[in-house]
Amino acid sequence: MTGTIQSIERAAAVLRVLSSGTRGLTLLEVSAALGLAKGTAHGILRTLVEVGFVGQDSTTGRYDVGVRLASLGGSRMDASTVRSLALNWADTLASRAGESVRLGVLRGLQVEVVHHVFRPDDSEQDMHTGLLLPVHASAMGKVLLAHDPAAQATVLAGHQELRTHRTVIDPGAMARHLEAVRRDGTATEVEELVIGQAAVAAPVRGRGGIVLAAVEVSGGVERICDARGQVLTRFVTQVREVARTMSREFAA
Amino acid sequence: MSPAERYVAAIDQGTTSTRCILFDNAGRLAAVAQREHRQIYPRPGWVEHDAREIWQNVARVLPEAMADLGATAEQVVALGIANQRETTVLWDRRTGEPVANAIVWQDIRTQETVERLAGDVGVDRFVDVCGLPLLTYFSGPKLSWLLDQDPALRERAKTGELLFGTMETWLMWNLTGGPDGGIHVTDVTNASRTMLMDLRSLKWSPTVCEAMGVPLALLPEIRSSSEVYGTTTTVVPGVRIAAAMGDQQAALFGQTCFSPGEAKCTYGTGSFVLLNTGSELSRSSHGMLSTVAYKLGDEPVQYALEGAIAVTGSLVQWFRDNLGLIGTAPEIETLALTVVDSGGCYIVPAFSGLFAPHWRPEARGVVVGLTSYITRGHLARAVLEATAWQTRDVVDAMNADSGVALTALRVDGGMTSNNLLMQTIADVLGVPVVRPMVSETVSLGAAYAAGLAVGWWPDLQGLRRNWHRAGRWLPAEGSGRREADYADWGRAVQHTFGWARSGPVSPGDDPQRGRRGPSSGAGVQAGR
Repeated sequence: MTGTIQSIERAAAVLRVLSSGTRGLTLLEVSAALGLAKGTAHGILRTLVEVGFVGQDSTTGRYDVGVRLASLGGSRMDASTVRSLALNWADTLASRAGESVRLGVLRGLQVEVVHHVFRPDDSEQDMHTGLLLPVHASAMGKVLLAHDPAAQATVLAGHQELRTHRTVIDPGAMARHLEAVRRDGTATEVEELVIGQAAVAAPVRGRGGIVLAAVEVSGGVERICDARGQVLTRFVTQVREVARTMSREFAA
Repeated sequence: MSPAERYVAAIDQGTTSTRCILFDNAGRLAAVAQREHRQIYPRPGWVEHDAREIWQNVARVLPEAMADLGATAEQVVALGIANQRETTVLWDRRTGEPVANAIVWQDIRTQETVERLAGDVGVDRFVDVCGLPLLTYFSGPKLSWLLDQDPALRERAKTGELLFGTMETWLMWNLTGGPDGGIHVTDVTNASRTMLMDLRSLKWSPTVCEAMGVPLALLPEIRSSSEVYGTTTTVVPGVRIAAAMGDQQAALFGQTCFSPGEAKCTYGTGSFVLLNTGSELSRSSHGMLSTVAYKLGDEPVQYALEGAIAVTGSLVQWFRDNLGLIGTAPEIETLALTVVDSGGCYIVPAFSGLFAPHWRPEARGVVVGLTSYITRGHLARAVLEATAWQTRDVVDAMNADSGVALTALRVDGGMTSNNLLMQTIADVLGVPVVRPMVSETVSLGAAYAAGLAVGWWPDLQGLRRNWHRAGRWLPAEGSGRREADYADWGRAVQHTFGWARSGPVSPGDDPQRGRRGPSSGAGVQAGR
């Protein structure tokens, strides 16, 4: 491949290094980590501060990833805004499916439930809004992971908790699974989080195709799945269709 | 989408935007299109809309929603209209041009008109006829004010050259041909907000009309809320217009509150609690308004008591647009969640007086409890809590009126997407807050009434079965602190009283005064 621009590659590397840590880094640390001359690293950092992708602490002088960069992809879209945009169509999905519907966004390596519509049978149900789900063992988590390379790499490199005997934690199997999620446009989870429960989720995309949230239908495995333990096609279709409609709303 | 699929269309012509929603036979939302219109503020206290712009928006959103589903006019079994109430349009019958901008319900320019009309009798002068006290809020005084501006206008009104209508009347007239044979009709719910209709006979009251200087020739024909008024001849020709309702009544209907004792609260620009009181007209002694709930064809009229709160969602908009502390309305929740409480800060948004249960036109907003500790997060909390406390004021008054305490509050409207607000309301009321599967109950109510009129839905029982709980917030423990905070809210409200110069400034105003009814607060105002 020809024509790559060295300074952009270096800037990208600087951003990666800065995002990897939990605290800010000094100029020396950045230049050492990338094997760059101090002057070169300083020039790149100064430019990145200028465009707002990197911030510099006024007292310690350490650099960190700026707020504007963090919200650049909208991956940290305000949870209340997500709920507000999705409200009508989440209701429609719950009504069509006859099952409960949830929306989630990535919070670190967990899924935060930002909206929950009850199963429309007027039975006693608790609100799940605010609940955190493990990213590897939930349908929404798989959707969000499949479209977030950085989070995916971290999860595949780490040890994941076995929630049930069906939770997939082998990195190779997970990687294949996530590949299938990207291909199919939906993710399923059958008794991988809680025995007796199953879910199917699809991505809600914003402008440019960036995945902002996941929407899922979930319920008892006896209702969501067929006799062979496969999620029923009608739920997969319904989730996919509503996710597409929501995406239109989010991209508008 | 199969060609056999059919829908009922609802137009929700609201204060800030116009929406068209198509519903399927199960009452599920199938398509939405929406457009906002301009808010015109020519002077402090004045709020206007361009009625032509609103009509153009309707002419766009209806085809847009249908195009979403590839639906043809044949697939739309009926059209129902729900509208912002009281907003007053006056137009030329021949040209179809409004003679002025529409005067919006929030507009308080008619304060002097209502004071003059109240005279020595007081704001309750017409309450026995129309159920409403003399307030700037209602259409009659707005129309009266318009005609007072120009003697030529009043002449043209008398000769029948001009037509008056609230939004549903204006839209139905335009949809059915405008100057070319457009129908000039209103429904009982909208007519009940003019002050010009006799609540019992459901006819224009010659007495009130004469007192307000409103020629009968101006007024639309009063019809039920659910019947085929006519068929569209433009935009999407050939669709039956089969329902019209004020938006709050439509929401009550969409929430399937068909029985006496059932109530809902819709959270929008303002918020409105409506309690179905059945076929008997009931009067409030705690600041609620008597109003028509709905009338289905030839069936008996159903009445309601209403607690109107002027400023709730619009306080969030103010926080966004005037203070710039948030970028979008939903972000207020995120900001409010950065703190655990309001830090003792209270915001009472009496932007143009206070509505129910206080009815103090001279009140103006306050922010109290400011200390150096208060951050924008606390202010965001105080904004949301203002909506919760105002709901509490109205629900307490309604409980006192009905003698039965509400056991749960059915809620709807855009602000129900605010999880923190819904939880706060449950905490403040001490009862569960329940959201139905369709939050767009205003549109749903209009759709239901239209579908009933054309037989697409057989009866009310069938509609009840469509209602499902989509979410529920239970009150948290610790009601002790809640009551102390509510007492502080009450003190904050008192600070708003008597602020505007034209109003009464009587030291030692009794906070209980507002509880006696709409007349008690505003009555003093009238006697200035």
